[in-house]
Amino acid sequence: MGILELRNLSLTLGDKRILNDLSIDFWEGHVHAIVGPNGAGKSTLASTIMGLQGYREFEGDIFLNGESIASLNVDARARLGISLGWQEPARFEGLSVKSFLKASSKNVSDDMINEAMENVGLNPDDYLSRKVDKTLSGGERKRIELASLLIMQPKIVLLDEPDSGIDVEALNRIFDAIQLLKQRGSTVILITHSTAVLEQAEHAFLMCHGAIVDKGVVGNIIKYFENKCIPCGHKNVPIVEEISK
Amino acid sequence: MKTNSDVADELYRTLQLTDNALQDPDIAHLVVNHNNVVGSHLIPGLEVEVDELDNGIQMLFRIKEGVQVKKPIHLCFGMIPENGLQQINLTVDIQSGARAAVLAHCTFPNAVDVIHTMDADITIAEGAEYTYTERHVHSSTGGVQVLPKSRVRLGKGARFKTDFELLKGRVGSINIDYETICEAHSILEMNARINGTHDDKINIREVGHLNGEYARGVLTSRIAVRGNSIAEVYNELTASAPYAIGHVDCKEIVQDNGIAQAIPIVRVNHPKAHVTHEAAIGSVDNKQLETLMSRGLTEDDAVDLIIQGLLS
Repeated sequence: MGILELRNLSLTLGDKRILNDLSIDFWEGHVHAIVGPNGAGKSTLASTIMGLQGYREFEGDIFLNGESIASLNVDARARLGISLGWQEPARFEGLSVKSFLKASSKNVSDDMINEAMENVGLNPDDYLSRKVDKTLSGGERKRIELASLLIMQPKIVLLDEPDSGIDVEALNRIFDAIQLLKQRGSTVILITHSTAVLEQAEHAFLMCHGAIVDKGVVGNIIKYFENKCIPCGHKNVPIVEEISK
Repeated sequence: MKTNSDVADELYRTLQLTDNALQDPDIAHLVVNHNNVVGSHLIPGLEVEVDELDNGIQMLFRIKEGVQVKKPIHLCFGMIPENGLQQINLTVDIQSGARAAVLAHCTFPNAVDVIHTMDADITIAEGAEYTYTERHVHSSTGGVQVLPKSRVRLGKGARFKTDFELLKGRVGSINIDYETICEAHSILEMNARINGTHDDKINIREVGHLNGEYARGVLTSRIAVRGNSIAEVYNELTASAPYAIGHVDCKEIVQDNGIAQAIPIVRVNHPKAHVTHEAAIGSVDNKQLETLMSRGLTEDDAVDLIIQGLLS
């Protein structure tokens, strides 16, 4: 039994079935990856687990520590220990980085804030009084969001494309932060189509056309993903017979 | 019986300031309770003439030519009583090459039925700079009507920046009416930040005329309307000379039964002038909201934090 279990999860948006009968167990304290091409439904899956608006009318169930969380909204799920790092973090006009980070936890000290910023490679003196707005690059906001998750230390961390907008130099800090989350006991779920990010995980689930088509140790999934999914010409429709070979 | 000094201290206490402006010899100040000057300290280069009226004051405020005032001048207009009218008739004369900043506090901590009007004529001469920051502190009853009206003239190369802030206490009813004429190479910046709740009424009319070449102007409004409050923001910016450029930026967050309206008028009368505008009115952005909620904040706490940021 995993800390987070998805059971026969399906989601239809408009007339399109985006998630198709997914069942996954995420093991506590491990780093997992959901990997697949663009349009496979990976971000939709993260939004559904988080309970975002528009992603609540699904079939099936989601269990956290054996209890269904399907009826809970975002903040209730967050208070139970699930949180999300967005593919493209929001901008907040006028809100300082420090105020944003303080919102991550009721008991947050200045030392914790400084440490989290340093863990994502940002100097607190340079950033804490700045605003989380368009004056920060997407990559900076991404790292600040990761710092907020380090402060929050949720049980389950969903990271949607954690490398998007991140320069090569900063990427290792992001990877260090992912491992730090794991060391501190978080279960990490990486949403990615990047093999570099995939390598940070211990287990991977290959997603195609809203379904999990393979799972296993990262090494095996990477091979299949690189050789089959990346050059794939069948437009995100799984060729089940190939996968089963 | 209270002395003038007692009243000045009482008014200043309502502002919850942590500085010691009234004791600093380098900081000029003037404290007016209703129609009575209860405290003042002037510095070289600053001239202030006050006539007490039945329900307010008539004041001339002058920074002499070339004088650069280093620390912000503190003005405090207030009324301790629950009811009454305070009328401020103000003539501001910032002479050429002078520079000054004013931090004006308007405090009505006990207001049940108070009307505060300001009628100002402001002249900022060639090359002069004047920054006017106005912060209001109101009671929690909403029994205040604020009616500030200013006509501003910016000389060649002059700069004028005004920040109007009403974030503490209930707005009540406010009707801002500012109009500015800008000569060549002058710079105008007008900002308003107001937090409306209950049945507050917010009305802003800001007009800028960029009449001289290379004149620049920005009109910015950040308004929150919650409860049953209503806001209407009218921004008009006209550029009539070569290379005059301007921008109008209005954001209003609407929650509960609040109603907001923005009317941006941008007008260009010269082919080498340029004016832009952006206006956004609506509920709190859902992505912002869900980001904060995904950290465990309730929806109400998340909305408060977003609005606090917008108005900061």
